[in-house]
Amino acid sequence: MAVPTTELVAVPVAPSRRRLRFVANPKAATGLVLMGGFVLLAVVGKWIAPHDPSRRSADLMQGPSGAHWFGTTHLGQDIFSQVLVGTRSVVVVGLVAGAVATVLSVLVGVTSGYLSGGGGESLSALSNVFLVIPALPLIIIITSTLPSTSDLAIALVIGLTSWAWGARVLRAQTLSLRRRDYVEAARATGESTWRIIVFEIMPNLTAVIASGFVSTVIFAVISEITLAFIGVSTGEWNWGTILFWAQSQQALAQGAWWWFVPAGLAIALLGTALSLLNFGIDEFVSPRLRGHGGTGRRYGRAVRMRVGFTPVLPADGSRGAGR
Amino acid sequence: MTSGSVSATGTTDEVVLEADGLTMHFPVRRRGRELLSRTVKVVHAVDGVDVRLRRGRVTALVGESGSGKSTVARVLAQLQPQSAGRIRLHGTPVPPAVGRRFRRYTGHVQMILQDPFASLNPVHTVRYHLTRALRIHDHAGDDLEQALADLLTRVQLTPPRRYLDRFPHELSGGQRQRVAIARALGAEPEVLLADEPVSMLDVSIRLGVLNLLRDLTVRLRLAVLYITHDIASARYFADETHVMYAGRLVEGGDSETVTQRPAHPYTRLLIDSAPDPDRVADGRAEAPTAGGEPPSLIDPPPGCRFHPRCPHVMARCRAEVPPAFAIGDADGHVAACWLYAAGVRPAAVPEVAG
Amino acid sequence: MTFLLKRVAFYLFTAWAAVTINFFIPRLIPGDPVQALITRARGQLTTDAVESLYVLFGLDKDENVLHQYVRYWGQLLRGDLGLSFTFFPSPVSDVIAGGLPWTVGLVGITTVIGFVLGTALGTVAGWRRGSWVDLVIPSTTFLSSIPYFWLGLIAITLLTGPDSYFPASGAYDNGLVPAWSWEFVGSTVRHGLLPASTILVASAAGWILSMRNMMVTVGSEDYVTAAHAKGLPERRVMLAYAARNALLPNVSGFALALGFIVGGTLLVEIVFSYPGLGLALYQAVGAKDYPLMQGIFLIITLSVLLANFLADVAYLALDPRTRREG
Repeated sequence: MAVPTTELVAVPVAPSRRRLRFVANPKAATGLVLMGGFVLLAVVGKWIAPHDPSRRSADLMQGPSGAHWFGTTHLGQDIFSQVLVGTRSVVVVGLVAGAVATVLSVLVGVTSGYLSGGGGESLSALSNVFLVIPALPLIIIITSTLPSTSDLAIALVIGLTSWAWGARVLRAQTLSLRRRDYVEAARATGESTWRIIVFEIMPNLTAVIASGFVSTVIFAVISEITLAFIGVSTGEWNWGTILFWAQSQQALAQGAWWWFVPAGLAIALLGTALSLLNFGIDEFVSPRLRGHGGTGRRYGRAVRMRVGFTPVLPADGSRGAGR
Repeated sequence: MTSGSVSATGTTDEVVLEADGLTMHFPVRRRGRELLSRTVKVVHAVDGVDVRLRRGRVTALVGESGSGKSTVARVLAQLQPQSAGRIRLHGTPVPPAVGRRFRRYTGHVQMILQDPFASLNPVHTVRYHLTRALRIHDHAGDDLEQALADLLTRVQLTPPRRYLDRFPHELSGGQRQRVAIARALGAEPEVLLADEPVSMLDVSIRLGVLNLLRDLTVRLRLAVLYITHDIASARYFADETHVMYAGRLVEGGDSETVTQRPAHPYTRLLIDSAPDPDRVADGRAEAPTAGGEPPSLIDPPPGCRFHPRCPHVMARCRAEVPPAFAIGDADGHVAACWLYAAGVRPAAVPEVAG
Repeated sequence: MTFLLKRVAFYLFTAWAAVTINFFIPRLIPGDPVQALITRARGQLTTDAVESLYVLFGLDKDENVLHQYVRYWGQLLRGDLGLSFTFFPSPVSDVIAGGLPWTVGLVGITTVIGFVLGTALGTVAGWRRGSWVDLVIPSTTFLSSIPYFWLGLIAITLLTGPDSYFPASGAYDNGLVPAWSWEFVGSTVRHGLLPASTILVASAAGWILSMRNMMVTVGSEDYVTAAHAKGLPERRVMLAYAARNALLPNVSGFALALGFIVGGTLLVEIVFSYPGLGLALYQAVGAKDYPLMQGIFLIITLSVLLANFLADVAYLALDPRTRREG
């Protein structure tokens, strides 16, 4: 009787069906939907917010109510509007920093992986240096010495300091791919070096690059919010500044839980969406990582799927004899 | 193959690609105390190998893993510059090729790799692989589709439209290897270097691919270098056979002679090791007498490199490298063995079983 | 051995890079806010102090950059990191010395416990695929997306208060003098529980996930199948064969994750008013106390480098392949 094993053989499907299969993965789909929601909010946040986030009112430090869904600050500002409007800054900084870091990591990582000898080694040393120096203190130092801090400046600083991890991963992958037979065969066919890098090696790196991009966006979002929380912030609202004001006004001591709960939940939700996307990418690339909780249970709790082993079951689906 | 003037089979087929004294030494990474020493250790992968590839003929290069045969192919394909020795294409010396010169060279000399599962990029379709080969060497012509169909027909993958838009993982091993051959043919080369083209295919498929290569050799008048560890297939497929051991050529001649009347003790070992139903049936299934493993290439044995394993070893073998001596029985049959030096009585040469 | 030497050389190089970055950053500040502060406090500063601040910030425009760089190194090697503006007139090195032990303690303990717990959980999760353990992953993902400091805020709201066991701030009760007494140590532990747990909860997911993935990959390798076939008990195969090899990337990843954890810890300290380097950095940023900021950055970086080095030594001990320098 055929039993699904934990090892999946890649089923050959046409390319368009393969791409759809990525979206069909529940984790990836959820992540995409959530991200889409956030991007949408980033675009329209300013318009659909019921109040101007900076506008003071007479309702000081009030809990959630019909008029103010998330309550108000010590100045009577509407927290719900602050969260909505703040989405734009967070999303923009996240995506821009992610893009900058990804481009840098591809340039440095793939080049250092493909070049043999001194060039590759020195680029690798460079990325290792940036990797080991703790990012957050470095970002804090740099941004606190900048004269003006706009969203773009912060995004750039974050992007310029967080490319090293992706570069290292890409270098390792390129090194391994460079020795593959098809790269050698492409050389033997007469392909030029740049075409080999761009068309033979990089298409095999897309999953790694995509995963790196998502991870960097997560990191950038958290960094931006951290910076705002510490007090390094731009003039615009973002979720971190909400928390900054909450902290400096001793919201906790006054029991104003509504001040910082929504912002934190929003951050967690965005982070979760991005992480789910990452899982989706990972599992799409290596089918083994897909959780197969369902198949084990289908044959009764008696069967334990061991990695790499195929249990042999009798036709009636009862406890199997194979181990 | 000798360094002298006798051509291997006495024919007058045009020599397309030849190499003299091909030598490839790979430097070994130095560690620890070795960093301070002046001497550089090298892996003697290939030493003094001569190759002549003739139009319309298949030349086989037989040897174990580590004998250097794949390195010879890579050097001939200019994927690696040689440490010493000269390569000539149509008689003109070929300097180490880079850039545009290398690309032009690949228009004449193409290579097929061993592993059909690895030699095609998994993200590209068959169409992409073949189109690139055609476009780089400008053989696409006006009708790309027709050119692609022609290529696939030539390697017996018909109907072409069934294969063009497939990915490598959707094809079987034999089909992939045919695509690899088609890609090589897209460059319209004169020389095909086949590095163990059928070793990783199922035994039942091998014959088909070898027949295809044979057919292409004759029809397209290619000069083919067939590298293998299976001497039996060399007899079937190749016109000439040359045997390599530990980076050196030890025997050469036309395939029938070398496989039926092997002169060098190592060739005898190879032949005896191949399972032969006739021998077993006759009750003559003795184990070959020379056991052991190939030597270290960093510190190869002095003199003849086979001497630690040779059942007929003499004092001279340990001291001097034997040159290639002509064995009298067929035109161009040579062996690098002191047993055949002039002045050794023919009776001293041991009888060959079978 | 060569492996270790190469790593040492690399860390020395990185340390040099960090110091150099530290040297250049304040020179990029336009407008000389430092000068203004020095002038304001001039009456209370000794000449030496003013000198050292000049060296730190390159305010002596007559000297060229190379000279300044050399003098900067000299000053650093003497242990002089300048004077802090916020904790005036304490020298920066004193402030850091006061806060460092708390931060190191917090980071050290949480990282070690997190690594051990997370790896163990990940091992089990990766080994028994298709069981309930798989459900752990989405929940830990959600938890790890929460910024550390926010978890801390929640924890404070929910778990602290006038009557609760957990204190809301500080490293030990007010009024106690640091000493090796049960009372002091007990108080320290009590104060450290919440901050540590916060960091643990947030960082565990990373360890669990990566270990699980590695276990899945390793579990299907041939040598594990061979071990099963030999008839070894399951736990032994899981631990001595699979986990041992799956652990290796985690160990090297440990070192890299350390930088991330350090960042998160700094924030937790801010939230809990835990008197470590994080709190000091927070105050420094607020007051634009550049000497202190720079000093903290330098010390943190050097500590992370040291921790990385120790992790490399551990990797060397675990992986026989590096010992042979393949």
